[in-house]
Amino acid sequence: MAQRYREPVTPPGPSTAAADPLVADLRRALAPDRVRTEDLELALYGRDASGIDAGGRAAVVCLPETTEEVAACVRAARAHGRPFVARGAGTGLAGGAVPVGEPVVIVTTRMTRILEVDPDERVAWVQPGVLNLDLTRHLATWDLHFAPDPSSQQACTIGGNVANNSGGPHCLRDGVTSAHVVALEVVLPDGSVTVLGALDPEPGGYDLRGAFVGSEGCLGIATRVAVRLTPNPPAVRTLLADFASVEDAAATVSAVIAAGIVPAALEMMDARITAAVEDYVGAGYPRDAAAVLLVELDGLPAGVEAHAAEVVRLATAHGARAVRVAADDAERALLWKGRKSAFGAVARILPDYYLHDTVVPRTRLVEVLRRVYQIAERHDLVVVNVFHAGDGNLHPLLLFDRRVPGVMDRVHAAGEEIVAASLEAGGVLSGEHGIGLEKKAYMDRLFGPDDLDAQARLREAFDPDGAANPDKVLPAGARCGDLQRAPEGAWI
Amino acid sequence: MTGTLDGFAAEVGPAEPVTVVGGRTQWSVGGAPAEDVREVRAPAGIVAHEPAELTVRVRAGTTVAELDAALAEHGQMVPLDPPDPERATVGGVLAVGRSGIRRLGRGPVRDCLLEARYVSAEGRVVKAGGPTVKNVSGFDLCRLLVGSLGTLGLLAEVVVRVSPRPAASRWLQAAGADPFALRRRLLGASSILWDGATTWVLLEGHPADVDAESAVVTSVAGGAAAVAEVAGPPPLPAGGRLSARPSALRDLRTGDHAGFVAEVGVGVVHTTAPVPPPPLAGPRELHRRIKAVFDPTGRLNPGRSVVTA
Repeated sequence: MAQRYREPVTPPGPSTAAADPLVADLRRALAPDRVRTEDLELALYGRDASGIDAGGRAAVVCLPETTEEVAACVRAARAHGRPFVARGAGTGLAGGAVPVGEPVVIVTTRMTRILEVDPDERVAWVQPGVLNLDLTRHLATWDLHFAPDPSSQQACTIGGNVANNSGGPHCLRDGVTSAHVVALEVVLPDGSVTVLGALDPEPGGYDLRGAFVGSEGCLGIATRVAVRLTPNPPAVRTLLADFASVEDAAATVSAVIAAGIVPAALEMMDARITAAVEDYVGAGYPRDAAAVLLVELDGLPAGVEAHAAEVVRLATAHGARAVRVAADDAERALLWKGRKSAFGAVARILPDYYLHDTVVPRTRLVEVLRRVYQIAERHDLVVVNVFHAGDGNLHPLLLFDRRVPGVMDRVHAAGEEIVAASLEAGGVLSGEHGIGLEKKAYMDRLFGPDDLDAQARLREAFDPDGAANPDKVLPAGARCGDLQRAPEGAWI
Repeated sequence: MTGTLDGFAAEVGPAEPVTVVGGRTQWSVGGAPAEDVREVRAPAGIVAHEPAELTVRVRAGTTVAELDAALAEHGQMVPLDPPDPERATVGGVLAVGRSGIRRLGRGPVRDCLLEARYVSAEGRVVKAGGPTVKNVSGFDLCRLLVGSLGTLGLLAEVVVRVSPRPAASRWLQAAGADPFALRRRLLGASSILWDGATTWVLLEGHPADVDAESAVVTSVAGGAAAVAEVAGPPPLPAGGRLSARPSALRDLRTGDHAGFVAEVGVGVVHTTAPVPPPPLAGPRELHRRIKAVFDPTGRLNPGRSVVTA
């Protein structure tokens, strides 16, 4: 399997953490073996799947099991003047869980209990360390599932999904995590515990639940999550359409949506990744296609059949060479296996990859894709595209071999140009990976000073001291309004 | 189109109290605004609708009926479903944040706002969110603005998510049918209403699926004689609005609250008798701080508050 590129790990210096009074306090609050200070662990919990190194490291790593223990960790950190960083499984791709400085790292992976499932109300309370796919598997008994399905769903946690407002292929119709979280118990940055949102539909007050979801750990730590459960659809149809050009595939995407069909998922893969996937897993993908579309329709049977027939007709009208409709669950699983194996398959091309995540208006997919290919060519890099076409969420993978001198400079330069091209087309910085450290410096390309200042105000209200996951999401100086600009008419 | 964003911002200005006015259809929510406060209105008009994007950019002062008519030409709709769409404005419905009776099928109002341009307490145009259906670029201020009653900023222009109109749509009235059994068994119900005796169901989707689910309603109701197709939902009592856990609706009895219509599966109960506003969810102090950072002088919609006393 290809490796997402990681900067070389700097060997951490010797830690004096064990003698630290902070550690002593934490060991009084948690079982001592769940407060870790070994150098190796401090280094490991200093990274996530982004591979970004911010020059920081965990001062100490805590593995709480209950809400009260999380609150105790936060209070201990604050009492000793330390910031804190919450962390789930570490699958984040934007560096959101990477420590800056020497914070207390609070890991939720031992909070794995599904506390309550109410199939009648279609809601479940879970701890944040429950894995996304484990939850959906657990819910199969009731013919229910949790709709957000990020590609990392075997490994990522519900708490991480909440922090990043995660998506996935099936969010096209059903919406991202925010639409599937009805309430949250959280530990606020001052160490207090509260519940945001509610199980009734119109709780009083501001929608603090909505503000918290997607805040990348900067507003506090979720310790229990009430997730909305979705019934499994009675009918499912999965189709693979084979195109001789990317333009035809993209035109089909727009035609499907314009025809009033919102598929459950609508994924595109370009020529190079389609061939690599076929070599890797043998899913029966057309090795010579310029692009393939994987379309899934689900719901009540008549609507699914009618929409499937219409998708076949539209794809054919837009030049599809063939449309394969999965005949049974086994074939359906095989078609999805191809899509889900894409990141592993790229190793057949080059050993390392850098995965980008931007969103562009659906109608400008072709134009931006063309620019992505041009950018990669100009930097002498290989790029493959496998992405959520239905909602315009691009995932260009820049492929390279890190042993080639100077290649990382080209990868970073190309990545920056891809972000710029997406923004120029009216897109946004991230569709599902978040900002974290990776895109913090790009925030001022999407937002003006007043816009960033407003986001900083939200953070200030939750976390006036900036103790929760500092230096993430917002660039330095975002809360600048009161320093740099007096109100009009003010007497100064 | 009437007015511009910058013109609206200039009208709001940087100081002195202002009250934003939409269609005044939900005027009493959050308390009556202070008297003698200058009133401002958001600009109106549809800015851009690209059907293949499933989004529309619209000025906040546009009426829901105008937006709905424009979207209907392309077979689309927004989940803004106020009782009086001819008067209710897009900005007003979002600022109040109450979903309509089709929430079961169409989702809550709070999920449909993708981007907002609002005028801040400093009188500046601020952008929150982004125009695409998927976006996790920064903190989600759009969720905070929905239901904030204009106390944090005044909506000027928004991008909302739209969806295809269903191919078929049918209201059924079923006397004596257990609405909770219908909730369990129907997958295509966009609304299930119940007054303690009679159940109304809105089925939407492919015509053959609507027929199949109609048969489910007949079966739950105990026979075709108990089911009738009707033009629309029953009139909703307007005395009060309760928010309850969906399972708690089972405890309602005919005549409670001097008469009610409950949204089964959702938990909203429309009552004839007045009911107290819902209790505050989340810490009062955090609410105070949020109001204080966005509107330090309390000039936006004074008198109106999301925080009940």
